[in-house]
Amino acid sequence: MNKIVAKEQLSENVFRMEVEAPLIAAERKAGQFVIVMIDEDKGERIPLTIADASKERGTITLIFQTVGASTLKMSHLEVGDSIAAILGPLGQPTHIMGRDGGKPGKVVCVGGGIGVAPMHPIAQALKAAGNDVTIIMGARNKGLFVMEKEMREIAGDKLILITDDGSSGRKGLVTEPLKELCEAGAVDEVIAIGPPIMMKFCALTTKPYGVKTTVSLNTIMIDGTGMCGGCRITVGDETKFVCVDGPEFDGHKVDWDQMLKRMAIFKPQEAAAKEHACNLYK
Amino acid sequence: MTPKERMAIPCQEMPEQDAVVRARNMKEVALGFTAEQAKIEASRCMQCPTKPCMTGCPVAINIPGFLAKAAEGDFDGALKIIKETSLLPAVCGRVCPQEKQCQKFCTMGKLMKNVDKAVAIGRVERYCADHGDAGEVVCAPKTGKRVAIVGSGPAGITCAADCAKAGHDVTLFEAFHKAGGVLVYGIPEFRLPKSIVQKEIDGLKKLGVKVETNYCVGRTRKVSDFLEKDGFDAVFVGTGAGLPKFMGLPGENLVGVFSANEYLTRANLMKAYLEGEAETPFWHGKKVAVLGGGNVAMDASRMALRLGAEKVYLIYRRSLEEMPARKEEVHHAKAEGVEFLMLQNAKEIHGDESGKVCGMTCLKYELGEPDASGRRSPVAIPGSEFELDVDTVVVAVGNASNPLIPATTEGLEVNKRGNIVVDEHNMTSIPGVFAGGDIVLGAATVILAMGEGRRAAAGITEYLKTK
Ligand SMILES: Cc1cc2nc3c(=O)[nH]c(=O)nc-3n(C[C@H](O)[C@H](O)[C@H](O)COP(=O)(O)OP(=O)(O)OC[C@H]3O[C@@H](n4cnc5c(N)ncnc54)[C@H](O)[C@@H]3O)c2cc1C
Ligand SMILES: Cc1cc2nc3c(=O)[nH]c(=O)nc-3n(C[C@H](O)[C@H](O)[C@H](O)COP(=O)(O)OP(=O)(O)OC[C@H]3O[C@@H](n4cnc5c(N)ncnc54)[C@H](O)[C@@H]3O)c2cc1C
Ligand code: SF4
Ligand code: SF4
Ligand code: FES
Repeated sequence: MNKIVAKEQLSENVFRMEVEAPLIAAERKAGQFVIVMIDEDKGERIPLTIADASKERGTITLIFQTVGASTLKMSHLEVGDSIAAILGPLGQPTHIMGRDGGKPGKVVCVGGGIGVAPMHPIAQALKAAGNDVTIIMGARNKGLFVMEKEMREIAGDKLILITDDGSSGRKGLVTEPLKELCEAGAVDEVIAIGPPIMMKFCALTTKPYGVKTTVSLNTIMIDGTGMCGGCRITVGDETKFVCVDGPEFDGHKVDWDQMLKRMAIFKPQEAAAKEHACNLYK
Repeated sequence: MTPKERMAIPCQEMPEQDAVVRARNMKEVALGFTAEQAKIEASRCMQCPTKPCMTGCPVAINIPGFLAKAAEGDFDGALKIIKETSLLPAVCGRVCPQEKQCQKFCTMGKLMKNVDKAVAIGRVERYCADHGDAGEVVCAPKTGKRVAIVGSGPAGITCAADCAKAGHDVTLFEAFHKAGGVLVYGIPEFRLPKSIVQKEIDGLKKLGVKVETNYCVGRTRKVSDFLEKDGFDAVFVGTGAGLPKFMGLPGENLVGVFSANEYLTRANLMKAYLEGEAETPFWHGKKVAVLGGGNVAMDASRMALRLGAEKVYLIYRRSLEEMPARKEEVHHAKAEGVEFLMLQNAKEIHGDESGKVCGMTCLKYELGEPDASGRRSPVAIPGSEFELDVDTVVVAVGNASNPLIPATTEGLEVNKRGNIVVDEHNMTSIPGVFAGGDIVLGAATVILAMGEGRRAAAGITEYLKTK
């Protein structure tokens, strides 16, 4: 049981929660995730990125969007309640240029929607390792931006905001400023985290410029430890398990069409489950 | 009684649910003997002085000993004898491949010229375990030593129990949210009720074993942390063979292709069969092909029927004779309506525009020369391609060992297949770190994993005396 010590609503359907998990807080590195269960008997196992952690308080921070039944249930838990199970930290930590090998350089971080949350610890680590960090934050509209303040602390005036409808920052898609930056040259690495479709187009954008592009895949998972293969995806010519080989991969090698199709496997059942859960809270 | 008279005692048939009914429910298929049947079946044992059956049992249970007690109706006494060597008789009595182990060597079967007419050792064992009482377990005085057990399958459960009995302070770590290993996530309810596994886990807790679920060793903490920082004196690694193998077929990553591990985990552990209650979704295929011929393939195909498939094909590239699955499960699967396509194999899986499985090309095979394993190896017949109309494919061609612990434990020796190398006491290349079960043997059996857990526990106790 992991007690919730803080909860905050960041936007209409995005929540931040700080929960007790001392061992995970001590071990985790940027880029790793946990598997969460709201109910241990009949619940689902859902992967969520560790957005932040405090060794002193023995807590980790999760930021999640209510997209289906399990995340909706989670959003109804309050401070003092407990999350039934949290397993982690899972996955490979992010390779931070300048810290884990290589010289620091110019890195562009692209966060789409909720993808800004998992981007935060990575951008922090990149900055700490001496990289020149530019952050592009994209959302459908102004109300959907999360963690703008935190990201500005890292990137300063190199924070680019962009919305589909122009309600905040530039109007357009994240790939537009990304293309301009690549065009201007001197981008050493791009890290893109967001909806699969956004990551796909970021990878397509950088490909002609030969800029290394790392993406963080959010496939459907069960165990998160490599025993089911449900999270598998084709990268290059190989089948990879996202939970143990990833979640980060070379965006130029990911088979995006397959990724998008596999993400939709349980859509009808999930829609029904969400409706059921929504009715419970009415 | 003369051997002739014993031969005249009728073999007892185990009652089971009707095939048509059971193929659509999750309740246990084989219902178990009645007390009377258990006594009669046990009385078929001729008490052979050379005890050939015992050589077939990987843990050498005193079989004639317990059968003699059972024949008298002393099931408590019988269970006590069984428990001297086996910790999980309720499980092994149900899932051991008896026809290849104890019963294979049984003199009665030899006399009757039919292994199926051997004394039904496993079934009597099951009866004793379900209905007997072996009495309270007494633990040795506390040694003050602490042992960490990693993985809660049969190897881990057994090692934990024996270490607790030896007086050590034991903590069991399991990555999943429920303890039991394959016994809870793989083997289905209709073959091994989960309440039986739960009873074993509760038994461990009664012995004072602390059970920590949702704890992934190698990630949450490393094996070296246990020894160097957390004050454990010894560690046992029983993490099983959890890595699903795929075949490398074109189309294997399509939507609707599952590893048997995923398919069975969704159904068993995540309770996807409780539609409307469980939150983990399940893929309800109408025409399901299961690739493989072992117990895992049998379980997956029978699970598919129970979850509403109209047609289930079991596709195996050798013949029925070579099939590694337990004989009883093959019979059960056939009776329930699984169609066996022998000497055939998948060549390519086809998908529609949304990436979903919509068919499969298969090839026919014939048996050639025996291969390294002694089995005749299947050879594809050129030009024998044919199409099979399926919407779901379950790949059940085996599991490799889980690489997480070796990858995160410096100095831990593994062999070419990734299995952990151990000595005769099941100690690994790192002093104080022991291992056993599928992670050492490769995908094997419950009873072998249990035996390894026992040997490792004895090894740990010896090792701790020297510390
Ligand atoms: C490594 C990893 C890290 C993640 N980190 C975060 C995070 O920090 N914050 C966050 O909000 N989400 C994160 N996700 C996504 C999160 O796991 C899903 O949103 C969640 O599982 C949905 O559960 P649900 O029951 O609420 O919705 P469901 O009813 O299961 O699904 C609702 C919708 O979400 C889609 N979906 C289902 N499962 C996933 C999935 N695993 N990933 C993405 N979409 C999915 C479905 O196709 C469906 O359209 C992460 C996923 C992965 C694999
Ligand atoms: C579907 C199926 C049917 C089978 N049917 C039969 C049968 O009929 N008869 C028979 O004799 N055998 C059968 N087997 C084989 C038998 O179940 C195995 O040989 C046996 O369970 C191996 O036991 P184990 O203790 O080594 O590992 P497992 O039972 O695999 O248990 C290992 C446990 O360790 C956990 N774990 C793994 N990594 C970590 C980690 N890093 N940290 C913490 N925990 C971890 C896993 O989650 C798991 O719970 C079957 C196997 C399957 C999959
Ligand atoms: S444990 Fe298995 S092999 Fe040994 S006697 Fe029992 S059923 Fe036979
Ligand atoms: S071989 Fe068969 S008949 Fe002989 S002792 Fe063993 S079980 Fe009894
Ligand atoms: S989630 Fe099961 S293997 Fe990755």
